[in-house]
Amino acid sequence: MSADSRWLGGVGLVVAAAGYEVVARAFFAPEHVPPLSAVVPEAARLLTEERFWVATGRTLLAAVAGAAIAVVAGIVAGFAIGAVPPLLRVMSSTLDFLRPVPSIVLIPVLVLVLDVAQITVLLVAVSCFWIVLFQVLYGLRDVDQVAVDTARGFRLGRLARAVHVTWPTVLPYLGTALRLIVSVALALALTGGLVMGAAGLGELIWSSQESGEFTGMYALVLLTGGIGVALDLGARLAERRLLHWHVGTRRELAR
Amino acid sequence: MTGVRGLRAAAAGAGLALGLPALLLTLWWVASAGSTSIFLPPLREIAAAFDDVWLSDAFRRDVVPSLWRLGAGYATAVVVGVAAGYVIGRWAAVRALTSPVLAYFRVLPAPVMIPVLLVAVGIGDATKLVVIALGALWPVLLNTADGVRSVDDVQLETAAAYRLPAWTRHRLVLRAASPRVFAGARQALGISIILMVVSEMLMSTDGLGFRVTQFQRSFAIPEMWSGVLLVGALGFALAKLFELAERRALRWHRGATGRQEEAW
Repeated sequence: MSADSRWLGGVGLVVAAAGYEVVARAFFAPEHVPPLSAVVPEAARLLTEERFWVATGRTLLAAVAGAAIAVVAGIVAGFAIGAVPPLLRVMSSTLDFLRPVPSIVLIPVLVLVLDVAQITVLLVAVSCFWIVLFQVLYGLRDVDQVAVDTARGFRLGRLARAVHVTWPTVLPYLGTALRLIVSVALALALTGGLVMGAAGLGELIWSSQESGEFTGMYALVLLTGGIGVALDLGARLAERRLLHWHVGTRRELAR
Repeated sequence: MTGVRGLRAAAAGAGLALGLPALLLTLWWVASAGSTSIFLPPLREIAAAFDDVWLSDAFRRDVVPSLWRLGAGYATAVVVGVAAGYVIGRWAAVRALTSPVLAYFRVLPAPVMIPVLLVAVGIGDATKLVVIALGALWPVLLNTADGVRSVDDVQLETAAAYRLPAWTRHRLVLRAASPRVFAGARQALGISIILMVVSEMLMSTDGLGFRVTQFQRSFAIPEMWSGVLLVGALGFALAKLFELAERRALRWHRGATGRQEEAW
C-alpha cells in the first residue's frame, strides 16, 4: 500500500465519521442515534472498565473454543472422508444438505438440554466445522497426482505420503479456512449472547439496549468492530507465518 | 443403447445421492419411534406436527412474511453491493478512499446491528429488512470489487483498442467479474437466512424464527422440531436454487462448478 492510498484511506475514514456525525445530528434524536462525539468518549471510558474486558474475554473464549473444536473435527472428518473416495461419493449429498442449514436453528433445540454458554461454543463449532471440512475436502482434491506417484516411487508409506504430500497441499486451504472462520466465530459468539443471553459482549450489548443506555450500546458496537479488526489481522498474520513457504504468500509479499 | 446406459448411470447417481439421506431418515424414524423423551419426540409426531402447523394458515402468517423479508433484503444487498463494488473495483482512487471503512464494516459482525437498528429505526419490517440487507451487502460488495479489479488488463486494452463504446466496456468488465459476484452472492444468501431467523427471534411477532422460539417457550416440542426442519429445508432449497441459477449464468465459465469461499 503506497503512502498516497494510505492518505486517501485516512481521508475516507474522516469523511465517513463526519458524515455519520452530520446525519446523526440532523435526522435523529441524540438518545436514539448518538453522534460519534458522544460515542467515542463513551467507548474510551468502557475500555477502562472491568466489565467490558470480562465480557470480551468470555466472548473470545467461546469463539476460540468453538473454532478450535471445529478445526480439529474438520481436519479429522475431512481426512477420513477424503481418504475413501466411495465414502465421499455416498456422503456428498448428505453434506450438501446439512451445510446450508443455518446453525442457529439449533438454538431452540439445544436450549432444552444444554446451558447457554455450552450452546454458544457448539454454535461456533458447528458453523466453523463446515468451513474447515469443505476446505480440507477441496485441498484433498487438489493433491498433485505426480507428487503422489513420485512419493510412491520413493516407496514412501501411507503415513509418510500423508505427511509430506497431502498435508502441505491441504495447509493453504486450512489457511483460507482460518481467515474465514475468524469472523464467523466472532459473529456466532455474539449471537449467542444476543439471542440467549449467554454472558459476554453480545449479552452486554443487548442489556444496554433493553435498559436504554443507547450511547453505551453504540460504544460497545464500535468496540466490537475493533475486536473484529484485531482478530482479522491476527488471522492474516498467522496465515502468513504458517504458509510463508507457499507460492501465494511469497507472491503477495513480493508485490 | 446409450439411452439405457445413461438411464442406469442416472439411477446409480440418484441412488448414491439419496441413499444415505434415506438411510439416516429411516434410522431416525425407527430409533425415535418408541421415544418417550419430551425433547426428542418420535419423528412420526414431528411429521404430523409439520402437517398441522405449516400446511395450514401458518404458511401465510409466518412463512410468507419471512420469505418476503429475506427476498427484499437480499435483493437490495445484491443490487447495492454489485453497483458499489463495481465503482470501488474499477477506480483505484475510490478503492483507496473506502478501503479502511470497508475493512471495518466487513469484520463487524452483522447480528450486532440488530440492537442498533432496533433503537435507530424501531421495531418493524423495515428494521429486519435493513439488518438482512446490511449483513448480506459486504460479501457481495467485496467480491464484486475484487472481481472487477482482477479483470485481465489485456482484455480491457483490447476493448479500448477496438474503440468499443464505454457502456459495452462496462458490461464486459461486469461479465468478466461475474464468477466472483456469484461467489459473493452465494455467501450472502447463507448470511441472509441466518439474519432473517435471528432478527425474527429477537424482534418480531411473526415469521419462522419467531414461531419456532414461541413453540420452544411453550414446550410444543414436536411443533418446534417441525419448524427447525422447515428452516433447514428452506436453507437447502434456496442454496440449490442458487446453484442452478449460477450454473446457468456461468455456463461459459470453465471454473463454474469450482467452489471457493463458504458462507456460515
